[in-house]
Amino acid sequence: MARGEIVLGCLAPHPPHLVYADNPEQNEPFSEGGWETLRWGYQRLARKLKNIDYDTIVIFTPHWQTYIGTHFLGLPNFKSLSVDPIFPNLFRYHYDLNVDVELAEAMCAHAAEAGIITKMMRNPDFRVDYGTITSCHLLNPDWDKQIVTISSNRNRHYYSVEVMNEQATALGEACSRAVELSGRKVVLVASHSLSHRHFTSEAPLPEDMSREHIYNHSQYVWDMKMVDLMRAGSMREVIDLMPEFTEQTMAETEGGGLTWMMAAMGYPDYNAEIYGYQSVIGTGNVIAAWDPNEQRREVVL
Amino acid sequence: MSEGPVLFGVHVPPHPQPLLAHEQNEGWGRLRAAFDHCREQIELSGADILLVYSTTWPSIIGHQIQAHPEPEWVHVDDDFHFLGSMPYKFRMDPEFAEGYRDAAEARGLFARTVAYHGFPIDTGSVVALSLLNPNNRIPACIVSSNLYANRSETIVLGKAARDTLEAQGKKAVVVVVSSLSNRMFTEHIEPHEDRIHSQKDDDWNRKMLEFFADGRLEDISQLSRDIHGQIRVSKVVAYKPIWWMAAVMGQHNNYSGKVHAYEALNGAGGAVISLVPTSQSVGDKEFDEDDVEYYRGDRDVLVSGDMDAPAGVKGRLDDSDAPPTAGPSGVIHVPGAPKPVGAYPHARRVGDLLYLSGVGPRNPADDSIPGGAIRDPDGNPSEYDIEEQTRACIENLRTVLEASGRGLGDVLDVTAFLIDMDRDFSGYNSVYGDYFADIQPTRTTLEISALPTPIAVELKVIASAV
Repeated sequence: MARGEIVLGCLAPHPPHLVYADNPEQNEPFSEGGWETLRWGYQRLARKLKNIDYDTIVIFTPHWQTYIGTHFLGLPNFKSLSVDPIFPNLFRYHYDLNVDVELAEAMCAHAAEAGIITKMMRNPDFRVDYGTITSCHLLNPDWDKQIVTISSNRNRHYYSVEVMNEQATALGEACSRAVELSGRKVVLVASHSLSHRHFTSEAPLPEDMSREHIYNHSQYVWDMKMVDLMRAGSMREVIDLMPEFTEQTMAETEGGGLTWMMAAMGYPDYNAEIYGYQSVIGTGNVIAAWDPNEQRREVVL
Repeated sequence: MSEGPVLFGVHVPPHPQPLLAHEQNEGWGRLRAAFDHCREQIELSGADILLVYSTTWPSIIGHQIQAHPEPEWVHVDDDFHFLGSMPYKFRMDPEFAEGYRDAAEARGLFARTVAYHGFPIDTGSVVALSLLNPNNRIPACIVSSNLYANRSETIVLGKAARDTLEAQGKKAVVVVVSSLSNRMFTEHIEPHEDRIHSQKDDDWNRKMLEFFADGRLEDISQLSRDIHGQIRVSKVVAYKPIWWMAAVMGQHNNYSGKVHAYEALNGAGGAVISLVPTSQSVGDKEFDEDDVEYYRGDRDVLVSGDMDAPAGVKGRLDDSDAPPTAGPSGVIHVPGAPKPVGAYPHARRVGDLLYLSGVGPRNPADDSIPGGAIRDPDGNPSEYDIEEQTRACIENLRTVLEASGRGLGDVLDVTAFLIDMDRDFSGYNSVYGDYFADIQPTRTTLEISALPTPIAVELKVIASAV
């Protein structure tokens, strides 16, 4: 069996607003659009993915929050209705997804060997979190690839952001070993925004773009600092800054997604492909990809 | 029993073990028995509604209130999925939910109902309603726990619930779904290994239970931040359910309390407690914390002190931290604003409106004029920067408004005075637009021959006071 490999890593934020704005047939609400900068960026990245040969999307999601270890979806299919508990007016999505259980079990086992508390989730009634569904829909609207979903352990709540960074690093390295031994070609996805200070009220028309802006300037400055480092290929510095960034921006990076992905990819020192940056209800969102294939890698923005 | 709208209150834990695995651990079994006891009391109570506040339903966009008449689903917990599924079909009271939303908005909160098939009702609510009201004898209402809500906001939310009960003439049993200490084991344990996570957590839990047993609900409410700091994992959700419960139930200590069970739930402290209003109370009735009737904050989340604000982020903890506002007759003097040049206050609140005296650009610290005075000490005309003067003017305006508990966003009407319309209108108008383009107050701009100090612009404002 050939060695497995990570063929792309994606930072793929999951505001349900983007699915809502796209009006896919799976989603019940109807919109007049909105957040085009991000949606068009996602469309471009999805086109790139269509031209890459891969088997499985492995997604690390902050909206499956577990306090007792890291959990992995462990049944071959999940089909249900996902309703966002925060924005049920925007996201009521009928999903039908397939899981790469073999790879999930391998990742679970390697993580356990590395000393991480793990569990397979095998309850057929379990509802897959909307973060997973949003990011996967936007990256692969055809849903023609298997996925592995990894929960985000909330050790940041129990210990500190530094501990989160260390555990996410160990998990990323374990997942990388599992991919290598699996023979799979894998796309990794860290599903989260950058700065995450939210407006606490919503415009009467949620897609009213005249109301959309970053929460405040300091959040913007932090976001741009991170994006600049991504563009420069300084991912180890990004991860080193992660504890402070997370504290300052209340970021979903507290779940460890980007740290996990960068550790799995060996902290790329090449430029990230930036597909778009835009705020969604005040939070800062960047779509970025890290392509280990130098011939394929491009400067998008 | 109570003459108010609340018959009694119940405090129960959110974890699924008493529902799904009560036979696996004696303590979980005792919690289940305590749930069953409270269920019997609720059945006998004659309540019109079960009013539930659940800490495992976090919200961000204001306060969400469940309004689907018959929500139905099969729920699975994110962590304890291996214990099994929780099928449910509940009966809600949409009329109450809508009334509660309106009452919350009338008290200054952002609130909305949710009535969507498949909306994910949280583990705590599912456990509580499944065990306390298994046959849906009594319709229920569930309200979310806003992640960012501080004490004042949560208390106002509780008062809005009471308003609604009174307006609709309904009697309620109030149910708070929350752990005591919420520190769970972060590794898998066998049921027989369960215990409170630490001696310290256990000590604090038992102290809280003493207060509950004495019926000292308001005392616990006032200790909420200390409790959170001592035995709650540092996440955004503080021990705020007790603020809500106290506000709904009347903010006093006049209860007969009973602790029906106290056990470990994967390390967290879970207790089933009931509080029945009585005419008796323990201790005196002097409480330290300010009371709040109307929410005026901007829910700017990130506060200092006990609530884990990120470094460098400024924000008001709650209304008790607000700067002083109106004195007798609504007159407001603001030490941080330019000194008046006559016998008038900076502002005066009358009814729903706030009237501000004319505000110029003078620096409050030394009376200097940003952008330069329009004439030198000898009275000779001098160059000045109208844009800088206008900006300073509006910043002084902001100072007066914020000291009055309002902000630039509350400005309704502006009268602007310029000493040289031809020279200055363009610059003044540009800066004005930077601040007010999104706010859209009405405006009148006049040219006048002079102002009392050597300035080129002054603004007179009327703002909303509510």
